[in-house]
Amino acid sequence: MLKKIRSTFVMLRECVVMSLDNIRGNKVRSFLTLLGIMIGVTAVIALITTVSGVSGSISSSFSSMGAGTLTVSVSGSDLKSGMTSEDLAEVSALDSVSGIVPSISLNGRVSYGKTIETNVTVSGKNAYYFIMNEDLVVQGRPLNFIDDENNTYVCVISREMVDTFFFGVNPIGQTLYISGLEFTVVGRYEEDTGGGVAAAFNGSPDIIIPYTTAMKINNSAEVNNFTVYLKEGVDSETAATEIENLMDRQFDYEDDCFTVTSMSSVEDTMQTMMDMMSSLLAGIASIALVVGGIGIMNMMLTTVTERTTEIGLKKALGAIPWQIQIQFLIESFMLSMIGGLLGVLAGLILSAILCNVLGTSFVLNTGAIILGVGFSAAVGIIFGWVPARKASRLNPIDALRAV
Amino acid sequence: MADEVFFSMRDIDKDYIMGGEAVHVLKKITLSIEEGEYLSVLGPSGSGKSTLMNIIGCLDTPTAGQYILRGREVEDMDETELARLRSREIGFIFQNSQLLPRLTALKNVELPLIYAGVSPRERRRRAEAMLERVGLEDRMDHLPTQLSGGQQQRVAVARALVGNPALLLADEPTGALDQKTGAQIMALFQELSDEGRTIIMITHDMNIAARARRIVRIIDGVISEGGSAQDA
Repeated sequence: MLKKIRSTFVMLRECVVMSLDNIRGNKVRSFLTLLGIMIGVTAVIALITTVSGVSGSISSSFSSMGAGTLTVSVSGSDLKSGMTSEDLAEVSALDSVSGIVPSISLNGRVSYGKTIETNVTVSGKNAYYFIMNEDLVVQGRPLNFIDDENNTYVCVISREMVDTFFFGVNPIGQTLYISGLEFTVVGRYEEDTGGGVAAAFNGSPDIIIPYTTAMKINNSAEVNNFTVYLKEGVDSETAATEIENLMDRQFDYEDDCFTVTSMSSVEDTMQTMMDMMSSLLAGIASIALVVGGIGIMNMMLTTVTERTTEIGLKKALGAIPWQIQIQFLIESFMLSMIGGLLGVLAGLILSAILCNVLGTSFVLNTGAIILGVGFSAAVGIIFGWVPARKASRLNPIDALRAV
Repeated sequence: MADEVFFSMRDIDKDYIMGGEAVHVLKKITLSIEEGEYLSVLGPSGSGKSTLMNIIGCLDTPTAGQYILRGREVEDMDETELARLRSREIGFIFQNSQLLPRLTALKNVELPLIYAGVSPRERRRRAEAMLERVGLEDRMDHLPTQLSGGQQQRVAVARALVGNPALLLADEPTGALDQKTGAQIMALFQELSDEGRTIIMITHDMNIAARARRIVRIIDGVISEGGSAQDA
């Protein structure tokens, strides 16, 4: 028994050596054949790694900006189009709520001297926003409660705005015209967004002004969007229900007046979408692997035909059908594995480049590597099976006669 | 000289279906050979001598008749058993040596031992010894293309012998060689025969066949005892 295992092992090793010899002997053809597998594996690995990098960075930015907050968007009813200050105060007074930040957007024309910018995002927020994000303002001062109460004409502007209007000048104390009204710049803030993808979701405004001032400019006494900051340790789902109940009452139990969204549910949806996208892309990429497998099968069938004499001779010298079959199977397996390993290498390089370009962090995805290698091994065996079987069934006499 | 029966065939028929018609290649062949005999099968091309060799060499099975090789019925063996039998009992030598072009002389000789499951070290030792035996000790690492026709055929002889088979089965071993190198190969066969190895040589050449101690003729699939070399 032991001897049999040993001799099988010896033979398998010899098969590997012979396969490598044959693959080397047909360099160009072997390379072109394994290129199919290589491209397939490269695509699978690059797609999975890149998508998981992107989704990782999205979800981390979601959780950083959305921890302990709920977003409420109000469409209002026919009788009541938004939240009044009293309504907001009621929400703010709930046990689970630590504070709220209204958000009123204006799309304005902003000018300073001869520099005019249209389509600047101007957002009305309150002092509480700056309390919750205390590192936001890096120069000057944030908005405070006095600004909210007196609807002062002051603004805090982003670094981008500083570069646009006050390049090389200290912006603090300068005067900006927003929608034709005079505002004093009191602070500059630095977006803490950690990457382009998150910034796109955050929708950071260019200029922040007191929300009361924004309401006045809009000629409106109601707020349609606000963020609720929850007290620590409060479950966001419970708080959402509590707020919904309160607001139902405020809107006289009319349907569809508002939506309360918790960031964690957005994140979940996002994650599910990313996972679906990832498997969809990997599925498409694996078509390339199947095509590559057909390439291998084609080459192996050609090889078997070319080496008919060799097969006949080996049979005459005492090779049993199983030994011939395993030899050809090993050959297609090796071919596919070489392609697979090269594909893993190329895929990792490609995804490192892609992650760099997209600005997401490159995480080595072992699952993707195992998938790529496993897939190419399977392709080698599955598509090598038919040619190997064909070789093992060749009649030695016919094979030898083919000279 | 010999005493024990190596193989015996009785009423062997072999039919092929060619273009929907059965062709009787071998007709009622009856042939026995004893251990240590040196036999040539002489016949023109198309006489069925290669088919006979394939059946003797267990590469093919007869359509009808009985073939007993070293006491074992060949007809009801499957492909794997036939392969094992070939590996143990029979060494083949083909007309154009049939070496694998990408392997060195040494590796070519090692080939049958790989399938017999011999360890690499033992394989190498036996292959080297066999190449020395046929006078190619300084050509072991040459590829077949770097060897002359006669040297290639000697590598083939070494390969046939390396598994220490009971029977050496040669199909036109000198067919592709000039007269001088052919004579060298025949001298090697003579030596092997003198050592007591059983040899069957298939040829269409009367002069080559005459080297054997016993000749059978085959014409149109019918065999006839041709007497000894002395008679021929």
